[in-house]
Amino acid sequence: MKTFSLSTLAFWLFAVIMAHIVGTNPNHTDLEAILQWPSLQHWLGTDDLGRDILARVIRGVEVSFMVTVIVTAVTMTIGISIGLIAGYKGGKLDHALMQLTNIFLAFPGILLAIAFAAVLGAGINNLILALCLTGWVTYARLSRGQTLALRERLHVLAAESLGASSLRVMLLHILPLLISILLVEAAYSMASVMIAEASLSFLGLGIQAPNASWGAMLRDAVRFMLVAPHYVLTVGVCMMSLILAINLGGDVLRDKLDVRSESRS
Amino acid sequence: MIKRLTSLLPVIIGVLCLTFALLHMVPGDPVDVMLGESASPADRELLKVQLGLDQSLYMQFGQYVSNILKGDFGVSIHTQTPITQLLAQAYPATLILAFTALSIGLLIGIPLGIWSALKAGHWQDVMVTMVSIRLAAMPAFWLGPVLMLVFAVWLGWLPVSGMSSPASIILPAVTLGLGLSAILTRMTRTSLLEVLNEDYIRTARAKGLSERQVLLKHALRAALLPLVTIVGLQMGSLLAGAVITETIFSWNGIGRLLVDSIEKRDYPVTQACVLVIALSYVLINQATDLAYRWLDPRTRGAR
Repeated sequence: MKTFSLSTLAFWLFAVIMAHIVGTNPNHTDLEAILQWPSLQHWLGTDDLGRDILARVIRGVEVSFMVTVIVTAVTMTIGISIGLIAGYKGGKLDHALMQLTNIFLAFPGILLAIAFAAVLGAGINNLILALCLTGWVTYARLSRGQTLALRERLHVLAAESLGASSLRVMLLHILPLLISILLVEAAYSMASVMIAEASLSFLGLGIQAPNASWGAMLRDAVRFMLVAPHYVLTVGVCMMSLILAINLGGDVLRDKLDVRSESRS
Repeated sequence: MIKRLTSLLPVIIGVLCLTFALLHMVPGDPVDVMLGESASPADRELLKVQLGLDQSLYMQFGQYVSNILKGDFGVSIHTQTPITQLLAQAYPATLILAFTALSIGLLIGIPLGIWSALKAGHWQDVMVTMVSIRLAAMPAFWLGPVLMLVFAVWLGWLPVSGMSSPASIILPAVTLGLGLSAILTRMTRTSLLEVLNEDYIRTARAKGLSERQVLLKHALRAALLPLVTIVGLQMGSLLAGAVITETIFSWNGIGRLLVDSIEKRDYPVTQACVLVIALSYVLINQATDLAYRWLDPRTRGAR
């Protein structure tokens, strides 16, 4: 499990670095060689514009990873801040912030991200914005729940009675104790951000042509499924391997940090 | 009961606010975006009045909410059809798809989960776990096309897409249901293993009941209870997953209506679809909550 996860991640990292060293061009079109089967020249074949699928898959990993890391970092920061403040301050502020998260939770899955991306317009920046606007909720809920429990701990009460400011207590005495749970959550949610990014691109709301992204590639691949079934299969297998590796990586991290899986229902 | 329903009110109002805000999040003038640069001033003015954009924000929101309470979602900019009519056509199709997928998920997930728990630690259990982890990692927009490729294109057993024959539902429903079954398998397994360690199961065994009776009469009832909540939560991902699945298989449900409206920049339809899906999800969750309370004797008396 651990070896699979690590070796898959290492494999993709290696592929991305190699692609940069060799200098493949994922947007190079060759209309004389469209929808070709895998060959020595094009290891995974070519797409409907004669572009090398392998080069595009690797660029897709890069883009996907970049989006995922940005979205995870932003949503984690926002979510933790809201959760910490709501849990620590309590009262009306807590009530209002939790009411806000409940409203966001009323939209199932990526529905709200789809809606935001739809009105903001397609493109990678709006894609990231849409995913950030909707992704903070789980972190907020999780860190609030933890903060509520940690607030009563002796070391927190001690710090308070010594006159530490709220900010100091939250950042130095509470945050370090909940960070491991949030890291595990982040590892799992990276996989779902990746799927969400691909879903939005699949619907034409994310990364735009000619740039490579897995969702957009799958969208094309489905159109040419009859003549080039290898296209949809290879893109899907690549994507699944990475998602699986991240999920298993989350399991490994959870065991390492000894976090009980209470965050996952 | 009534207290619980009133606690829903802020959420519903919030959902209304968010869907209302969607139209106002369009960068620039929504009228420009929807009609394009070449539209005549008269058309623009008409649409502006139609959407109520000539009034103040508060007036607009009040109008929006009161129209929805009356069941009026406005008209589609593209076809001028009342949106209520579009929803009435699409919603049942999505419900049928979601419930078929749910049945598939339950029919595969629960037996596999039970089997896996009974064989815990054996190779059968390991195999089921491996397969379900992989299935759960398979996004619908890949599983769907692959199923389509194998069963409709290569084997020719099932229709590729559309809704022409009753068999058309099989592929989209399986696409949605398989992912769900993977989650249910794992939940059933965990839940049953937990219950089998309880004292009352040992008591049942000690008084000489057969394994079968222990399982059917004592363990399963308790083990399957938490699944009610999971199923409720998963209905939400079924509704959201339907957006992708319906697009792939040309299933004329609410998800496809949503994606179509986005492509045509028919924002009133987009708003209505998002609102209806979200409200369905809120109500389903509330219903599962009540069902759980009713089913679980421990919580029946509480509040």
